[in-house]
Amino acid sequence: MSVLVIAEHDNAELKRPSLNAVTAAQALGGEVHVLVAGEGAGAVAEAASRVAGVARVLHADDAAYAHGIAENLAPLVTGLAEGYSHLLASATTFGKNVMPRVAALLDVAQVSDIIGIASESVFVRPTYAGNALATVESNDATKVITVRTTAFDAAAEEGGAASVEAVAGAGDQGLVRFVRHELSKSDRPELTSAGIVISGGRGMQSGENFPLIEAVADRLGAAVGASRAAVDAGYVPNDFQVGQTGKVVAPDLYIAVGISGAIQHLAGMKDSRVICAINKDEEAPIFQIADFGLVDDLFKALPALAEELDRQGISRT
Amino acid sequence: MKVLVAVKRTIDPNVKVRVKSDQTGVETANVKMAMNPFCEIAVEEAVRMKEAGNAEEVVAVSAGADKAQETLRTALAMGADRAVHIVSEAELQPLAVARLLKVVVEEEQPGLVILGKQAIDDDSNQTGQMLAALLGWPQATFASEIVFKDGTADVTREIDGGLETLNVNLPAVVTTDLRLNEPRYASLPNIMKAKKKPIDRREADALGVDIGPRLAIHKVEEPPRREAGIKVADVAELVARLRDDAKVIG
Repeated sequence: MSVLVIAEHDNAELKRPSLNAVTAAQALGGEVHVLVAGEGAGAVAEAASRVAGVARVLHADDAAYAHGIAENLAPLVTGLAEGYSHLLASATTFGKNVMPRVAALLDVAQVSDIIGIASESVFVRPTYAGNALATVESNDATKVITVRTTAFDAAAEEGGAASVEAVAGAGDQGLVRFVRHELSKSDRPELTSAGIVISGGRGMQSGENFPLIEAVADRLGAAVGASRAAVDAGYVPNDFQVGQTGKVVAPDLYIAVGISGAIQHLAGMKDSRVICAINKDEEAPIFQIADFGLVDDLFKALPALAEELDRQGISRT
Repeated sequence: MKVLVAVKRTIDPNVKVRVKSDQTGVETANVKMAMNPFCEIAVEEAVRMKEAGNAEEVVAVSAGADKAQETLRTALAMGADRAVHIVSEAELQPLAVARLLKVVVEEEQPGLVILGKQAIDDDSNQTGQMLAALLGWPQATFASEIVFKDGTADVTREIDGGLETLNVNLPAVVTTDLRLNEPRYASLPNIMKAKKKPIDRREADALGVDIGPRLAIHKVEEPPRREAGIKVADVAELVARLRDDAKVIG
């Protein structure tokens, strides 16, 4: 039995969610192999070969794989699938896009967003925004799985010494052309891997008020997120969204500001170690799951919080 | 161009779901149902394509129990022209739905199939990608903008780091993300009109595809409950608690 992890990367760096997928792969047992499909992504293949627990790296180098295009990647993966009991990717927008296409081409089910592994064929996954945990069994010959990154620790980036071998696929299927990326630029940590996240909701009233959040974030070295309500209202871009339909985070500290605590938001953050909520409505459902609740006007509380952090000499750790 | 829009009937997103005490699933008896929110966005986009002159006809399709008909009526009230109901009282998993939709696509020959990116019940996020794979079509998932040009479409996708734009051949499968549009409410006259629009009922078992479940559900449980903590008096106490009690800042 061996497991193939489909690596997510930008041709320069191996993305952190792939390290969580490697840990899930190790939990299944058997050898762990990693597929790095990209263009000029040799450095990524090298990085993958050093990840602890990885036995082999398959490196496909083709312009068709430069941008993670599902239509080109899926036939490459299915061509390599024989001999693997499981195909894994992280449940990021990359994995969610590519893996169901792989599964359908192999005529098998996909098990989405697993948070637990009971055996090599039995998995736990959240449904209904995490309000019901389903234990499901797949009897397909090849199990295609996406992995919720917050449920599995990242594998160590160093410690492995895997071989790297070249593989090739059918290349460009001619269905899709990459046009452009507009990636958010930020000096803050990435939302899904940050140790502290501070998110704003509808209570922020406007995108122009998000600097109040950012001021606190910068003092704590925190990532900035938002509720779906804040995204829907246009305060911030969708890639800030934490929740059932956005990103799932589980930092050491989650600070929810002006967020009422809709079911779909809680789905994205309720596994955080410590939750702190600031809301002027003391009846807000967010307080039912918060370890520390502050009932206050956020427009007063946020500047006061930034000031208090300075006064106490607390800065990013 | 004909646009096919697939819709799913789910528990209303505002309802708090309850896991059944026998752990076989969640309670759906006497629970308010609605069209999956991402499907509403798909219907809205399809109707806008027709209104903008990019589509001549919008056909809504749903696979599921008898009551899925209500969801199709909603799609018709929002502006779809007619509907296809693939009737199955059995549980349909994403691969089965993709197979059933493929049969309808081959009959209807649409230029575009649009679906929600995920249903808020099983949260699978698979059906659109699987349908595209089975058809050998391009897939533009998590769309926030669709622009037609020269027989292709530029689709902007919501990805983890921001936005990505792909140019896809048509026909294609597109799945919707939140910011694609804001779905309309059906007006009363349109709800009345929708009652007269045709729904073609097809038995899933008669479509000649394997729709058996691939995943066996062993049990469904409630997640561990998180208890409410304490209220702090002010910002100073909050900082002290986070530093000294929780030790998450310092």
